[in-house]
Formats: sequence, structure tokens, C-alpha cells
Amino acid sequence: MSTISTTQTYSPTSHEQPRSGTWDGGNEPFKASYGKLMMWFFLLSDAFTFAAFLTTYGLMRHRHLAFTGKPEDFTFSTAYWPIPDKVFNSFPGFHGVDLPLAFVALMTMILIFSSVTMVLAVEAGHRMDKADVQKWLLWTLLFGTTFVSCQAWEWSHFIGGTDAGTRMADGSIFHGANLVTNQYGPPLFADLFFFITGFHGTHVFSGLCLLTWAFIATTNGTFEKRGHYEMVEKIGLYWHFVDLVWVFVFTFFYLV
Amino acid sequence: MAHHASTEPTQLGEIPKPVTGWIWKTFFILVGITALEFVFVFFMDAGTLRNSIFIILTIFKAFYIVAEFMHLKHETKGLIWTIMIPMALLIWLLVALITEGSYVGEAIQNAFN
Repeated sequence: MSTISTTQTYSPTSHEQPRSGTWDGGNEPFKASYGKLMMWFFLLSDAFTFAAFLTTYGLMRHRHLAFTGKPEDFTFSTAYWPIPDKVFNSFPGFHGVDLPLAFVALMTMILIFSSVTMVLAVEAGHRMDKADVQKWLLWTLLFGTTFVSCQAWEWSHFIGGTDAGTRMADGSIFHGANLVTNQYGPPLFADLFFFITGFHGTHVFSGLCLLTWAFIATTNGTFEKRGHYEMVEKIGLYWHFVDLVWVFVFTFFYLV
Repeated sequence: MAHHASTEPTQLGEIPKPVTGWIWKTFFILVGITALEFVFVFFMDAGTLRNSIFIILTIFKAFYIVAEFMHLKHETKGLIWTIMIPMALLIWLLVALITEGSYVGEAIQNAFN
């Protein structure tokens, strides 16, 4: 009872409120809250990591020979870097049909769409619309999960390889890919595929964990009691960053 | 009782209507650029020109995601530069090391000539 009376007699004015003065965190540099600012800096550091991956990809690709013939005559060989649309041309349920980049196009659409539903969740949070935040977070979770599942299928297909396989330098036929040998091109091609798309997939998975937590917290009314949905906004920043990275991975790994 | 009422969500029926026009506009721009990339994949021969087009379109897409979805366009100038300057240096690194890669490849392929 005594503790309640002390909190009630304490009347906070602007200079008595904790962390509101100029020198104890009351000022917001760049007019962004501490959490959002730190999320931006984390994303910047994460961008360094992805840039290191993509820079390595560019360096290694140019360090290997390119295929110089006509695209129709292309065959897999460890002697030169493969043409991406000859490697990524399969689609679930269409065995043996040549559908260049169709599946990756679908994955790109799914991820862009999940970004839209995320932005809608943030927008609903600004309006303190709990039901809408829940709805759009669930949609984002659905699209994010679909994307990771698509990536799992793509990996298993890449690892399994084509029916024909490729005749290697020692005369044997090799199917699919691992970190040492692959049927598509130089060993580093598969290594970079696994590391770049794998690191991106890990980010999507982390995003899904954060979204699941945000959905539970929204449902429990945590953000509503707090008076703002800034946490959804911060998770949104992370989620858009993952989408942004995919845009670059898509261009540099699949298109160029 | 008055204290209790202030912490209860009192917003039923007074939630503002969603304003989502700009979100869908950005979405259609992103989908449009991606579709355009596929037009170039299928109707243009591979080469430096096509790769340059892809990179420019990618930068457009990145701009719309960062500026609109991540709201960076509406932040202060200081924050915008804090993010943009390191990214610009990374692009420099990317270009430098891709060029370097061609020299490394040349050196290795001609090592025994």
C-alpha cells in the first residue's frame, strides 16, 4: 500500500521524468528513437556482410573463364562459370521441363508481397489497430514461410542435380552439388550458392521468429498497453532489409 | 476506477481508416521493374549492356524499398547520409574487386605460358 501511495504522490513533470533531459537520453539524434536508430546501424553492419558475399561472388566469377559460345550450345563444365538460367530452370511438378528462372521469379514475388503485408502491419500499428496488425503479421508469416519452403525445395533440387549429370575430369558422371564438387561449374559456384542463399535464408528464418513473437505480443496486447507499435516497425525494418538483400542476390546470382 | 479506465484500450470504433495507396503504388512499381527484368532476360542477348540494365533496375528497386518501405526518405538528412555513405563505399569495393578478379583469372590462366 505504501509503495502505491509513493508512486501516486510522485507527479512527474517534464524535467523529473527519467531519461528526458538533454544529457540523459532525452534527445533523439536524427529524430529517430534509440531502438530504430540501432536497428538501422545493425542493418548497415549486416549489409557489410552481404556485400562481402556478393563482392566475393563477383571476384570469383571474374577470376574464372566465362562461357563464350551461343547460349543454345551451353553444357555444364567445370572449366567455366555456368549461365545461371541454365542452372536454375526447374519448377516443382514440371520434371525435365526447361523453365529458366520461373521458380526464382515466383520466390521474388512472394518475398516482395511479404514486404507489402509487413508495411501494412506497420501502418496498422500507427493507427493502433490491433486486429489489422494481427492480420497483416499473419500474412507476412505465411509468405515468409512459403519463401523459406521454396528455398528448401530449390536447395534439394540443386543438391540432387539433373538426371543427366555432368562428366567430370576423371571420367565419372556426377549429379548435383556439394561443397567440394558440383555438376554445374567450378566448385566455388556451388559454394557461393550455398553460402549466399543460405545466409539469406537464415535471415528470413530469424525474421519469421521475430514475427511470430510480435504476433504473440500483439495478441496479448503488449504493444497496446505500451501505447505504440514501434517494435513492429523495427521488425518491419529488418524484414524489408531481408527483401532488399534478396533483390541484390536475385540480380547478381540469377540475372547477371 | 478513473485510473483503471485510462490504461484500458478505449479505441473501439474510433480507429482511423487505413491509408494504403502509397504502399500499393510502391508494390506495383517493384512488380513492374521485376517483370521488366524478365523481359530483358528472355528478349535480349547476354552482355555488358544487359548486365548494366539489370544493375540500374536493381538500384531503382532498392531505392523504392529503402525510401518508401523502410521510410528512409522521410528521416532526417543526417540519418540518410549515415546510411548512404558507407553503402557508396561498398559499391566502390565491389567494382574494385570485380576488376581485380579478371586480373587474378588472367594471371592464373597464363601462369605457365
